[in-house]
Amino acid sequence: MTQLAAAEVAEADHLKSGDAPKLSAGRMSDGRSRSYVSMVVMFLLCILWTVPTLGLLVTSFRDRTDASEAGWWTALLNPFGAGWTTQNYRGVFEGTDIGSGFINSLVVAIPATVIPIMFAAFAAYAFTFMDFRGKDVLFVAIVAVMVVPIQVAFQPMLNLLGPRGLDLIGQYFAVWLLHTGFGMPLAIYTLRNYMATLPKTVIESAKIDGASHYQTFWRLIVPMSVPALAAFAILQFLWVWNDLLVAKLFLGSSENATVIVELQGLIGTAGLGRELLTAGAFISMVLPMVVFFGLQRFFVRGLTSGAVKG
Amino acid sequence: MTTVSAKKGPSAGSSALGPDPSPGASSRKLNVVHVVGGLVGMAVTAYVMYTVFLSFSLRPEWWLDSKILIGLVAIGVGVGGAGVLFWFLNLFVEGLPERTSRALMPYAYLLPGFGLITLMLLYPTLQTIMFSFADEDSEAWVGFENYSTIFQSEEFRGTLFNNVLWLLIVPATVVAIGIVVAVMADKLSRRGESISKSIIFLPMAISFVGASAIWTLVYDYSSGANQTGLLNAVWTSIGGEAQTWLQNDTLKLNSLLLMVILIWLQVGFGMILLSSAIKGVPEDTLEAARIDGATEWQIFWRVVLPQIKGTTITVFITVLIMVLKVFDIVYVLTNGRFNTNVIANLYFFELFANSNSGTAAAIVVVLLLAITPVLVYQVRHFRAEEANS
Repeated sequence: MTQLAAAEVAEADHLKSGDAPKLSAGRMSDGRSRSYVSMVVMFLLCILWTVPTLGLLVTSFRDRTDASEAGWWTALLNPFGAGWTTQNYRGVFEGTDIGSGFINSLVVAIPATVIPIMFAAFAAYAFTFMDFRGKDVLFVAIVAVMVVPIQVAFQPMLNLLGPRGLDLIGQYFAVWLLHTGFGMPLAIYTLRNYMATLPKTVIESAKIDGASHYQTFWRLIVPMSVPALAAFAILQFLWVWNDLLVAKLFLGSSENATVIVELQGLIGTAGLGRELLTAGAFISMVLPMVVFFGLQRFFVRGLTSGAVKG
Repeated sequence: MTTVSAKKGPSAGSSALGPDPSPGASSRKLNVVHVVGGLVGMAVTAYVMYTVFLSFSLRPEWWLDSKILIGLVAIGVGVGGAGVLFWFLNLFVEGLPERTSRALMPYAYLLPGFGLITLMLLYPTLQTIMFSFADEDSEAWVGFENYSTIFQSEEFRGTLFNNVLWLLIVPATVVAIGIVVAVMADKLSRRGESISKSIIFLPMAISFVGASAIWTLVYDYSSGANQTGLLNAVWTSIGGEAQTWLQNDTLKLNSLLLMVILIWLQVGFGMILLSSAIKGVPEDTLEAARIDGATEWQIFWRVVLPQIKGTTITVFITVLIMVLKVFDIVYVLTNGRFNTNVIANLYFFELFANSNSGTAAAIVVVLLLAITPVLVYQVRHFRAEEANS
């Protein structure tokens, strides 16, 4: 508000003094001076950051011969001479398992996002609002475990979930379990840091009103923690959706394989189905990008406030 | 609500939920119905969930052989079941006599989370360490043999060297570019800032595999006259000879090109944190420096940078941890050939292609040891921060 007001005042001043053109060339509407170096550098960086993805998108709409004869930029420079097609996307759904992989990824990612949050929120509540023996030691353990590479878990978990154990490999359940476990330390840490910023007085008064911990948790703490819950949910969803290792080892190339595993399979056979690879890659990216753009505000706020402490 | 806190005073702090101070509270007795109901409820819920999950693969006809139906039911049963389990757990603990209930409640809340951490991370870590001292089928002890095998192998040492290169280059570069972007974006107009930040942030949503697909097109080599790969097109247009970039390990070029992908993916993350730190630098410190006649360059190095040191370290460590475990990009694009291997990929190869559980475990333990200093730093950092707050 104040910045807006300041800008209006600045603008009024320009009009009065009559040198508006000169000022508006060097200044922005909020009165700061323009930095041409920043504009040029940022423009170049944005180009650099966009071009690779743009190349994939353009290539995914070109037919096979066209794509193998000239670079994708030629198609952009001469859009009417290029062989555009949507055949690659049709080919992906008809000729590969990317389509069912997409559904599998959804089935894997949604519970693997919600379940760890629920468990972690209870644990974070206990760490923030309850006193108990061993609290410090347990929380330090969380901080330590966050760093442990998940590779340590693969051999024992493959034994436990494999045919000689519970025989769950290839089942969604196995991957949910693993993603829930692997995501848990960061989830507890993040949520606890956020909950520690909530006013303790609210909890106190709920207690005096006779609310149990369970009620306080659901009626007060969960609604108040929505920003942190959403931030972690986005992070975990992206993580699970984009994961290759866990999905490959514990779902494998069974009928439950995720879209990323299917895509990795396509890259392996790139010589044959190059045009399918680009379309498949794009399909695998659409949902995370939508989630990301739709909820970017939440994500940034979560990352910068409670989620990661400076 | 605020009146309550005023009466009790701020000193109540976290002990607010300690023993109930109100004298009128009568202590609850054992509530057999709740205890039994909670236990039975947990057992029934677990059994129903187990049956439903098994039925997906054993009895798909129950679900009309429909993948989408199975998916929806799986989501419902998974999420709902976890919620119901918690409800019964709470019922059980609340049904116990008051003292026991109060003492047990925190642990009941921690149980699912910690149970999973123990099962998925702590127990496997110990077992992996044990495997590393056993033979390839984990059947007999072999002492330090696996370690001497891997350290004598040329390949492992080369891999370790590559990992060190990744560690030296990627986190520092991400932080450096992140700071540049954060500072420069801050000087743009509102609109320009949010658009350019979104663009640089976007790759964070892309998977490593997707990024590999994207960059395959950039590094592509074609034997024909026209280069369709962007890098080769640029390179030949300035007079160079077309290259098979990812096979060229002169001066570790191919490894560097793989690192570019990770940097491209991670700069957005660094930028977001650093940008908010830079915006948090108090305006009056900048103003004071300006009055003293400092240039923008000096202000950045002497005033801004010291104030965002904490965030810079956070970004550095986060990227460092990720780089130590880097796998997907290397696995998908070169699978470690042409001298580009990294530890996580070598581990994967030992475990699955060579089926040598012993050396694979030894490789992970080396990774674990390499990460230990970071772990110690994180714990210390956390303790220091808690002591401050």
